[in-house]
Order: sequence, then C-alpha cells, then structure tokens
Amino acid sequence: MLKKGRFGDFGGQYIPETLMNELETLEESYNRLKDDPEFVAELGKLLNEYAGRPSLLYYAEKMTKDLGGAKIYLKREDLNHTGSHKINNVLGQALLAKKMGKTRVIAETGAGQHGVAAATAAALLGLECEIFMGEEDTDRQVLNVYRMRLLGAKVNSVTSGTKTLKDAVNETMREWVGRCHDTHYLLGSVMGPHPFPTMVGDFQSVISKEAREQILKAEGKLPKAVIACVGGGSNAMGMFRNFIQDKDVRLIGCEAAGKGLSGDQHAASVSKGEIGVFHGMKSYFCQDSEGQIAPVYSISAGLDYPGIGPEHAWLHETGRAEYVPVTDEEAVLAFEYLARTEGVICALESAHAVAHARKIAPLIDPQDSVIICLSGRGDKDVAAIARYRGEDVHE
Amino acid sequence: MSRIKKAFEGKAFIGFVTGGDPSIEKTVEFVLEMEKGGADLVEIGVPFSDPVAEGPVIQKANQRALSAGTTLPRLFEAVEEVRKVTQIPLVFLTYLNPVFRFGYPAFFKKCQASGVDGVIIPDMPYEEQGEAKFDARENGVDLISLIAPTSKDRVQRIAKDADGFIYVVSSMGVTGTRREIASGYKDIIASARQVTSVPLAVGFGVSEPAQAKEIAKTADGVIVGSAITKLVEKHGADAGPHIQAYTKSMKDAVISG
Repeated sequence: MLKKGRFGDFGGQYIPETLMNELETLEESYNRLKDDPEFVAELGKLLNEYAGRPSLLYYAEKMTKDLGGAKIYLKREDLNHTGSHKINNVLGQALLAKKMGKTRVIAETGAGQHGVAAATAAALLGLECEIFMGEEDTDRQVLNVYRMRLLGAKVNSVTSGTKTLKDAVNETMREWVGRCHDTHYLLGSVMGPHPFPTMVGDFQSVISKEAREQILKAEGKLPKAVIACVGGGSNAMGMFRNFIQDKDVRLIGCEAAGKGLSGDQHAASVSKGEIGVFHGMKSYFCQDSEGQIAPVYSISAGLDYPGIGPEHAWLHETGRAEYVPVTDEEAVLAFEYLARTEGVICALESAHAVAHARKIAPLIDPQDSVIICLSGRGDKDVAAIARYRGEDVHE
Repeated sequence: MSRIKKAFEGKAFIGFVTGGDPSIEKTVEFVLEMEKGGADLVEIGVPFSDPVAEGPVIQKANQRALSAGTTLPRLFEAVEEVRKVTQIPLVFLTYLNPVFRFGYPAFFKKCQASGVDGVIIPDMPYEEQGEAKFDARENGVDLISLIAPTSKDRVQRIAKDADGFIYVVSSMGVTGTRREIASGYKDIIASARQVTSVPLAVGFGVSEPAQAKEIAKTADGVIVGSAITKLVEKHGADAGPHIQAYTKSMKDAVISG
C-alpha cells in the first residue's frame, strides 16, 4: 500500500459525507485493536474453538495422479463452521463492532454465505442483525433465507435495480447512511471504502498464514501457484496475502466468465471491465461507455458482482497476480470432477478455481505443488447443478 | 459576478430535477418552469444506475431517465438549450463514475462551454476532491461540497475550501421527503460561517413551505429534490405547470422567512 487507504491509485473513500466520520472512527478502532493482545486472543479463540481453525491443507492425491502434473493441495475453508471462509471475516468484524459499542450489524449477501456467517456471528455475540439480499437471490436461495432467520436475523429482500448482489450492497449502504450511530456495516468482501478492503483482507489472511506453514511442513518448499476464485475477492486475498512477498509463487484469481467473454453474460471485471469509481472504491468495474454499472451474470451468485477489490486491481496492474476467466460450463465440470475424484462437493464459486487448476497442473513439474483455495462447501449449489443438468430438482 | 453568487443575493430557492425524466426536452421545459416560479438556481441530476444516496423517489426517476436513453452528452445539449434563453445558475448533481469515465479535463471543459456553473458529487467527499478540483477550477466550475449532520470537526475543514455554495445535508439517510427536519443544521451553519463567506443551502427531506420558511431564517438557501420529482412521477410530461406553481409556493415561503 502506497498511501492511506490506497493500493497504487486504487481504493480510496468515495462515499457520502454522512459516513466519513463513521469510517474514520472505524479505522481508528481497528488500528487500535488489531494488535491489542486481548482482542487478538479473543478472536483467536473464536476462530479456533468456534469456527474450527486451522483448516486442513489436504493433499488431493487422486486428482494429482489423474492430472499428471503438480501436486494438488486443497485449502479446506469449506470445513469451517457455516461452510465457507466468510466466517473468518465476520467473527473479526463482529467482535470489533462490539468493542466499538455497536449493538447492531447489517450486511449484504449474494448467495447467502456471507449473510449466514454474519447472522451466525451476530447470534453468538448477541448483536441484532439485518441482512439485505437481492430479490432474485432470495428466490434462488430460499433455504439460506430461512437459515438466516433461524439464526435470529431479519432478511430484507431488495427489489431495486437488478435485484442482485450489487443492489444488496446499495441498499445496505443506504441503511447505514441512515443509521450508523449504533450499527456497523459488516461488509463481506475486500471491497468498499477504506478501511474495509485492508481490514477484510487482514481478517482473511489467516488462510494463507496457515497454508504457507502447512505447505512448508508437507513439501519443504513453497508452492508454484496458489489459485482462488474472485468475485469481490475476499477468499483470494486471504489466499494471496502471505504469499505476495514470495515472488516465485504465482497468484492466480479466477473470475466468472459466465456464458463467455464475447457477450455480456459474465462478471469478469478485470478481463472485461474498466477502471471506475463505485461502492466507495476506485477499481475495475463492468460498465458501459457512459460509466453506468453493467448488469453482470454468473451461474454462481457469490461471483455475480460487477467489481473487484482495489488490492486485487493493484496486484493486477503491477503484474504480481494473474486474473483468468473461467466459464459456467468449466466450473460445473470441475464441481462434478472434484465430487467424483476426491469425494468433495465444493461451492460453485470455488469450482472456478478447481477448473483453472485442471488446466495448469499438468503443465507444472510433479516435484512442485499448487494450492487451491476451496472457499466453501457446495450443499447450497446441488439443486442448481441438478437443474443445469436438466433434472427437475428443487429445494 | 459568477452566476452562482448571483443566486444568493437574496434567500435562494433551489429546485432539483433528474435530467432526462421523462425526456431531455422536458428537462429543458422543467428548468424554465422552475425559473418562472422563482427558482434562483436549478440542480440537474445526471441519472446513474446505482444512486446509493437516493431514496426510492429519485431512484425511480434515475431509472426512467436511463430507460429514455439519457446520457451526459445529451444533458450538455439540454443545458445549451436552456442557455439560449436564460442565465439561471445551473449545477449538475452526479455520481462520480459517469464523470470519471468522461474524464475530468473534458468534463469540466464541457461544463464551462455549455453553461454548467457547478457540480455536486455525493460520492466524492472532501478528501477525494483533489483529483477533480484542479480541472474544475481551471474551467471556472464550482465543485460543491456537502456537509452532513455527522461531519462534526470536519465542518470547518470542508467549509474553508468550499467553492460556489455548501450543500448542508439536513438529515441522516437518503434523499426523500420527511415530516420533520431536525434542527442540527443551525449549528453546522453557525460553525461554517466562522471560516467561510460561501453561501450555505440546506437540503434533504424538505418539501413543505413551512419547513422552507423556517430553514431560510438561518440558511442562505433551501434545496428541494424529491418533492419536485414526485410531481414528475405523477404528471409525467404534463408536470411543467405543477412544477412552476410548487416552486412559486416554496420561493414565497423562503423569502418570507
């Protein structure tokens, strides 16, 4: 990071004046608490005893043999409590919010993984919780909506705009502008105005902190590449952070190419987007020539977002990380492949990373390794995959 | 004297209309109707796909305008049309991304050429204005700052550097009419006046003459957006006379304060 809240020219705090003081307070509180021994110990205890950390680094031997190249390791974030990496961030932020004296948290969600994680943390820490979710997603993910309600959260169906994740973020911001004195916006990804991209990245960096130690123990050397899916980019940033200084480790982010990059049915903000300013940050966004944010598409609701976090934009611009497109079809094939080969049903989001690993692993020396961040479990996607395959399965 | 300065020679009434709702031609007409009703300055909203600071009324107006094919170049044409017949001060209210895509130098140059006197960018707070301020000043266009109920020690920092006028946000939350306006704006105005001579106008939630009268006792101007947008939503292309009548009632209230 070159200056406060910036990654090169990316990032910033492009947010209404009404929220600026709240963001300053948040930044101060976070900087004060992040290295505070008591806070660190409390969060560590929650992560280890409640969320189930450290997560496994699993050697996928059958997949390795089948692909005939690099040894493949899976960082099993899908085994965390609530079934994804999202719990790492929500426990950190919810604990921070509580220390700041907030009594209520609000959050956006796409598929529902972040919403469920936020509702879980709120239940555990005794915070009131409201979730904003696009109407298209509340319809697609009925079970997750009920799950959040079961955890005591109120779920608001968002009917503005395209009724998906982007609009859920808009509506959560509108709610926060109206009520920030007692409410923390528990933002789910490495996006939004400073300090969110840095803070969420810090909370997720536990993924690569563990993975780096685990791979050194297992292999005695660093991997050739780490691979993760990217929507806003929180699991990818978690997977990248502690490898950034290891210049020989390739950092690969997999974007949703949807039905292909030639049309507009994708959510590939690096491959097809342009630099812009939206949701509080300067970064890459899918947009038209007039600067209107484009409707985006992916089979996986968690990647269905028109932008990418500013630290990723910077890693892309400096060439430190590579961002590659993966289509719906490739992701679905990878989802099925991992289930059959390793007996692991991963999230459709994570399947984008698995798909790219299948392409590059055979080209890498068998003495070397790659790590795939398996960001979530796939229970939520089973019905959608069945329907994709033409079966009449509904939740 | 700049056109914006002139607007604040007396107590000012500032009306807002979303550009291109329901059409570009109607935007020109509505601006002129507001002037006939006594408006001292008109804000033209540049429609955006994701207006995060707006309530439902202006959100819907943004969608209507975008569906009608409204673009920034078309809005500059509308301003040129207005300028053929009047010197009423005009400011754009726009989210940053359309301006960013247009490019700062080209955008502010075009503002000056077509007759846009100032620009309000709700998602560009004080700390981020640096990247646009040079081009704005170079072209004689005021980049107008907002101050909110939560600004506290930021009030004077922002006021010191303010150009044109200061938009005092009366309430927390998004745009939209409110039954009661909290009185916190009075302290903000008093604090800002210690460090600036730039006029201060209050907006967010204002819709009724009584509210406007009360605010004008303290502020240099009163801004109304959602109430006018509701007239456009209700009467569509026929909203012109309604806008003029409403503007007159508000302007009368403002100067009676």
